[in-house]
Amino acid sequence: MSKETKAASSKDWVHYYFKSTSGVIGLILVLIMVTLSIISALNLAPIDPLEQNPVDALKGPSGTYWFGTDQFGRDIFSRSIDGMSRSLSVALLSVGIAALVGVFLGVIGGFFGGWLDGLVVRASDVIFAFPAILLALAIVNSLGNSWIDTSIAIAIVYTPIFIRVARGPVLTVKEMDYVKSVRVLGFSTPRILIRHVMPNVLAPIVVQIALSLSWAILTESGLSFLGLGTQPPDASLGLMVSEAQPLAAFAWWSLFFPSLFITVVVVGLNLVGDGLRDALDPARRSSG
Amino acid sequence: MAFLKRLPSVLTTLFGISVFVFVVLRVIPGDTITSSLGIETGVLTPEQIESLRKYYGIDQPLIGQYLSWMSSFLSGDLGFSYSTGAPVWDLTKSALLVTMQLALFGTLLGVLIGISIGMFSARKPGSARDFLGQFFGLLALAIPGFVLSTTIVTVMANKFQYFPNGYEYMTPFEDLSMNLQQMLFPSLVLGIAVAAPIMRTTRSALLETVDKDFIRTAYGKGVKPRVVRLKHVLRNSLIPIVTMTGIQFGYLLGGAVIVEKIFALPGMGRQILDAINKREYATVQSSIMVFAILFVTINLITDWVYRKVDPRIK
Repeated sequence: MSKETKAASSKDWVHYYFKSTSGVIGLILVLIMVTLSIISALNLAPIDPLEQNPVDALKGPSGTYWFGTDQFGRDIFSRSIDGMSRSLSVALLSVGIAALVGVFLGVIGGFFGGWLDGLVVRASDVIFAFPAILLALAIVNSLGNSWIDTSIAIAIVYTPIFIRVARGPVLTVKEMDYVKSVRVLGFSTPRILIRHVMPNVLAPIVVQIALSLSWAILTESGLSFLGLGTQPPDASLGLMVSEAQPLAAFAWWSLFFPSLFITVVVVGLNLVGDGLRDALDPARRSSG
Repeated sequence: MAFLKRLPSVLTTLFGISVFVFVVLRVIPGDTITSSLGIETGVLTPEQIESLRKYYGIDQPLIGQYLSWMSSFLSGDLGFSYSTGAPVWDLTKSALLVTMQLALFGTLLGVLIGISIGMFSARKPGSARDFLGQFFGLLALAIPGFVLSTTIVTVMANKFQYFPNGYEYMTPFEDLSMNLQQMLFPSLVLGIAVAAPIMRTTRSALLETVDKDFIRTAYGKGVKPRVVRLKHVLRNSLIPIVTMTGIQFGYLLGGAVIVEKIFALPGMGRQILDAINKREYATVQSSIMVFAILFVTINLITDWVYRKVDPRIK
């Protein structure tokens, strides 16, 4: 494959992606949330998310407090973007680990087969036999409540998915003539894996990353809702929903805005995932 | 026979699960004694702590602890709760019933909602109704169960003064009408979450089947469109839908953890959550094990239904 055709084909899928309205909308939603997170991470939030103003407790949305305030008079907008940056950090770290470990194990297992492959498949079956949140809950409880602990727990839960997604195509690709021929030519195994096998399993992995990010955000917010993630007074979207339970009847904004943030970012990531799936799979392009 | 063939792999998986559960829970800092006695642990003499450790069996090496747990688990003894002293199996029996009922209702609602909306969408791909159906699917996927539950609780309790879950939980044998009312909202929350992927699967499966030759033949020989849609198209699209339902059932068992907590249902999820907070090794370990067995069984059943639906699969 020459450099030119490679460049052309990659431009092609980018072009195709931007032709889909839902893909573009998804990307915009995700970018808005990422921007807000960065603003919060740089301490540029309009009001300190931890600052309490008891005089202004439970005020509705206004010019000063865009999303209103909670029972301690803390600014819900600043807390929401702070929570979003925490959710996104956990999602990125956990999916990053899961993708790296999962793809490595899946490719190695699929390519070499034998007992190694058997072990990898068995181990992922074991993890698959637990409902995700339950497993994450047990692991978080063993590790601790920091965002890194949460990320590790979620990474363990989602690694098997990446093992499956990577292993399947490798099983097909390794029997293909072009892989057999480079083997005959005596290329080293790492080179075959990186240069010839990996490019052909990349598309489903990229799609899986987008979808897993959305699941990771749901799992993270679920854990903090249960009190097993971020601890107060730090802001986290799940924890904010949990704290809003007794308030929501007379302060709808305390429940509505954190919920909206979670929903928007998950919708966005799902649309991006679907868009990527259509753009990266030539078979779907012609049919859809 | 197919079942017997899968038995070894199922057993290895269950063995792996038991080791995994055991190891994960042993990493927890602080042991049973500190958690059951709290700060009073400090006044105990080393001898007293030693005898307590012996009493709970946590003085033995890990392998020994694992073997004794497994051998009693297999003989039906799930240990006992440290805080209440009740046998874990007694707690589990009633909790299992709650979760199974919840999961069953949730799945039924999910299948009903999912297939209906999927069919609604697939009638005219690309139309406004298709957009509406897909939009529902996306929202159902993206709104977390705990947000939906909290919203329902707030609206129902405050605007309509109706909140059956505020009363003590009733089993279906004690008070059926109360039980059904208490199950309604939690099942609906789980059902909506399950409906989203079922809706998507139904839609794409239907669209694929509709293009087949035998469907055109059925229309051509004058079968009523309604009958074609239900008997020919839906029937032949069932396999992916059944598979997706099986996959979702497992997800639903996980979702039950959060929903049971919000709606105060004394099911397996809440039992495990409470036990985790109290660091009750025996309860957590055995409950998660029961949960995993349930999960693996459901996968086997899905497999069996799958074969029933499609006789072509051997």
